[in-house]
Amino acid sequence: MELIDQHTKKIMEGCKERARSAGLCFQDETLEYIVTNRDLLEISPKLMIPTLYDYWVHDLEVLKEKGRYELYPGNPYETVINTRPAISFYNDNNPDWLNVMIFYHVLAHIDFFQNNLFFRHTWDYDFTGKALSDKRSIAKLRSEKGRWVDYVIEFTRGIDNIVGYHDELSRFNRYSVSASSKRLDFYFDVFLQSIVKLKVNEYVKEIERYNQYINEYRDLGEQSFFSEVVKKYPEFEAVYKKSLKEKSKQKQDLIQYLMENSEFLNKEKNIWMKTVMQIVRNTSLFFQPQIRTKIMNEGWASYWHETLFLKDGRIEGHEVDFARVNAKVTSLSRVGVNPYALGMRLFYYIEEMADKGKFAYEFQRLMDINHRDKYNAATGKGREFIFKIRENFCDSMFVHSFLDQDFVSRYNLFVAGKRLNKDRMLWEYFVKSRNARDFRRMIEDNLYHPPHISIDHDKSVDNTLYLVHHFEGKPLVKEFIFNTMMGIEYLWGKPVQLETSEVISVSPTQPQKDSATYSSLIQDTLEEQEIKWQRVVYTMKDRQLSRKTL
Amino acid sequence: MDPKGLKYYNELKTKGLTPEQEQEISREIDGGGYHGLPEETVLKSKPGTMVLPFGLDGIYDYHDLSKLQDIPRPMNTYINCMRSLDELLEQDKQREEDGFPKKIRVGRMVKPGKGGKDKIVVVPTTVEEKFIHDRIQRPSEEGESSGGSGEGKEGEVIGEEPLRAPDQKGGAGSGEGEDSPHEIESNAYDLGKILSEKFELPNLKDKGKKRFLTRYTYDLTDKHRGFGQFLDKKATLRKIVETNISLGNLPDPGDIDPTRFLISPYDKVYRVLSREKDYESQAIVFFLRDYSGSMYGKSTELVVSQHVLIYSWLLYQYARQVETRFILHDTEAKEVSDFYTYYNSAVAGGTRVASAYRLVNEIVNNENLAQDYNIYVFHGTDGDDWDKEGKEALPELEKILIYVNRMGITIAQHASNVQSVTSVEGYLKESKLLEEKPKLLRLDVMSEDDDEPRLIEGIKKLISE
Repeated sequence: MELIDQHTKKIMEGCKERARSAGLCFQDETLEYIVTNRDLLEISPKLMIPTLYDYWVHDLEVLKEKGRYELYPGNPYETVINTRPAISFYNDNNPDWLNVMIFYHVLAHIDFFQNNLFFRHTWDYDFTGKALSDKRSIAKLRSEKGRWVDYVIEFTRGIDNIVGYHDELSRFNRYSVSASSKRLDFYFDVFLQSIVKLKVNEYVKEIERYNQYINEYRDLGEQSFFSEVVKKYPEFEAVYKKSLKEKSKQKQDLIQYLMENSEFLNKEKNIWMKTVMQIVRNTSLFFQPQIRTKIMNEGWASYWHETLFLKDGRIEGHEVDFARVNAKVTSLSRVGVNPYALGMRLFYYIEEMADKGKFAYEFQRLMDINHRDKYNAATGKGREFIFKIRENFCDSMFVHSFLDQDFVSRYNLFVAGKRLNKDRMLWEYFVKSRNARDFRRMIEDNLYHPPHISIDHDKSVDNTLYLVHHFEGKPLVKEFIFNTMMGIEYLWGKPVQLETSEVISVSPTQPQKDSATYSSLIQDTLEEQEIKWQRVVYTMKDRQLSRKTL
Repeated sequence: MDPKGLKYYNELKTKGLTPEQEQEISREIDGGGYHGLPEETVLKSKPGTMVLPFGLDGIYDYHDLSKLQDIPRPMNTYINCMRSLDELLEQDKQREEDGFPKKIRVGRMVKPGKGGKDKIVVVPTTVEEKFIHDRIQRPSEEGESSGGSGEGKEGEVIGEEPLRAPDQKGGAGSGEGEDSPHEIESNAYDLGKILSEKFELPNLKDKGKKRFLTRYTYDLTDKHRGFGQFLDKKATLRKIVETNISLGNLPDPGDIDPTRFLISPYDKVYRVLSREKDYESQAIVFFLRDYSGSMYGKSTELVVSQHVLIYSWLLYQYARQVETRFILHDTEAKEVSDFYTYYNSAVAGGTRVASAYRLVNEIVNNENLAQDYNIYVFHGTDGDDWDKEGKEALPELEKILIYVNRMGITIAQHASNVQSVTSVEGYLKESKLLEEKPKLLRLDVMSEDDDEPRLIEGIKKLISE
């Protein structure tokens, strides 16, 4: 890979100046590389991170039939990656005007990476550098342990989509609490209420007593209060410490839990596996926010390349060329969801709404449709508002909060249904609904959402690891259960169980014979089909899978 | 329904048919259709609708590189993957030995082209298993909803999408993802080459002098004095003794002291690797395919995929020396000249297995093949036959069994009637031919939903010794 030439780099620097003055915010340094087909061949399986660790699955075509993005959350053909400095990739024969457009797009992405809070955990280090050292560690281990390294990678990757990404994020921006008041919280919130089970009046007395101590001794108040408590409840300290430990256990995701608690992994000869697992986990955490902000990120980038390009004096005379490419990128598809188009229009829409003050309480209170239509508080705060959205939202919040009926109607959006036409042997697409609620639900259904699986400590008896898949109206892909659980069993060293829900039956809707009766069809398809569920437990023991209905 | 088929139907009717048979037959008659080769299918849109490309892009299929810069997904070259395929398969074998199930699948097959330009899609594939959400299977024939924009009332049809990728219509081995530019194309010969299993035609006999079926093997058979790859110790010692006797260095054969031997460099005898011709007999393989109306859908895909695999193996392993003949049948059988036509002809009409067997017999008799060739017959069907007791088929089959080296019958059962025994399977079992001549006749029954490993399993069954 080669860096872009000086001429092109100068254009990029010009773009940076203009983007900054428009309010975008990003680090000074960026790296731009020319990529050839050969380069892409090498880096696209590694999600465009040239230094990602080697793994044989990267070398072959992976079956993508089922929930491909659910399996591979990274984006294999992204132009810009979230590193320090940010790296972006280019064709070597792009004309200058096109590069200007792409540069603005790229800069907006960088701005998004570096300001959206869902990326908070990636801000403090350069992923390419870390990946390089990880790659070396894995290569070194591979030279010692051979194929077993790849098994550990495989089995850990099997559960890397259920990493505790949100837990990891929640460690940032948490207001700091001192250790003592944690003890205090525990004493009053948990200990007195659920362990000692004080009566209300005694509980209130206890609070009064605490307040007295604070008044009397000021800073030392709490300390002396607890020295009294220990006299009354000698077991308090022990209970408190135990609770702390349990709490930290609950905050662990499956990979962390295995690393800490698996006897197998903590044997001296297997300790190295934890290094591999840690690497896989960190890599997965790094990619998590990307897929959760696809619509916003592309929308934001499209919003800015359009806005900034048209104001850029350097490319006069290429407006038509630009219009052609821009239309290709950002036009709404007749059928299908184009994240560029949808995200960009949402940002424009939100900006306009905020400019008119339509997110204000005053507007929400208006009932008269004419008044609502004409309402314009001319706040001039639209731009500022979308910057806040860019900082604080992810796709699901974005769609849920702003994709309303006005937006759907304005852009003539609809949910497109798909059904088989048996006579002509083809799929037919039809307008299924123009209701914003249905449209939102369709988008939400298509958004990335890994299953919520946690460890049930109470049911994990006799060294068995008991996993619970929390019901969210979707079953798991059955074919994948065997290998995934086999991997967990390997890492855990003991049997593993998984409790999940499966569909018993779906009440059939009558197939529509007469395609003229559309109204009834719509009712049928929009109506919730009745689905019967059952809870089942899978047990993986000695690499044999068995299933039991609960 | 062609007149000959109707005639046959009426013949059967006069002999009496059970209601089930009647139903089965009428289903095929009513099926309509004709045995056309796939045409370039162009969807003609109705006014107000648009034709959509196969496979819509989802939210996560949009990428900057492709959308903004028109950089396509990179193509992997065929050579690259060939090299790694061996390693991958080796690795997978090791994996099984380590106690984990195999993970790599080689497969997803063919697009035979016209004029012998068979293109084969070989994609070593795998999947990374994780806990992920599945879609709930809807009983109604409805696909996933997506978004859209523009005019149109609720309920109005606005677009149409072909059921499968355009260039795969009627063919086998269509699979999702196959259309991606990532596929690696090669021909049937190469497919045979990279398929890891080696099969040999069973029961080969010396027959015929017209053309030799030649295979080469490489072995350390040639001897070379002075230098070479592998020292033949016994031969070398013999030479040394010989030399020493002629030198008079070995006076008493009863008391040999090897330390006093004189050794000439020329005494050393080595074996060197050399190409040995393996002379074998010539062979001819008949592929028979039921293309009646009942073969609609997956059963045809399965049968044809299996025949492709066998065909590829033979091509490679016998270095294109095996002759192949292709026969299609419904109620009438006909021979077609190339694999393309054999592979692509669409299904229609009724079923009369006997017609195909009779045609094989005719060809073998007329061309006097039995004398000069080892003959193999592979027949693929869904098991339906209007001739339910095999009154016609069995005598013809017995005739084939007189000269054939192996006959392999594959029944790809429809998923809908897995429970019941199909006509062909029924009368074959009834006839006891399978037990009487296990070396000559093999039967493999599978479900139309089976995958490639099962196909290969089936081939093993059909052609194992």
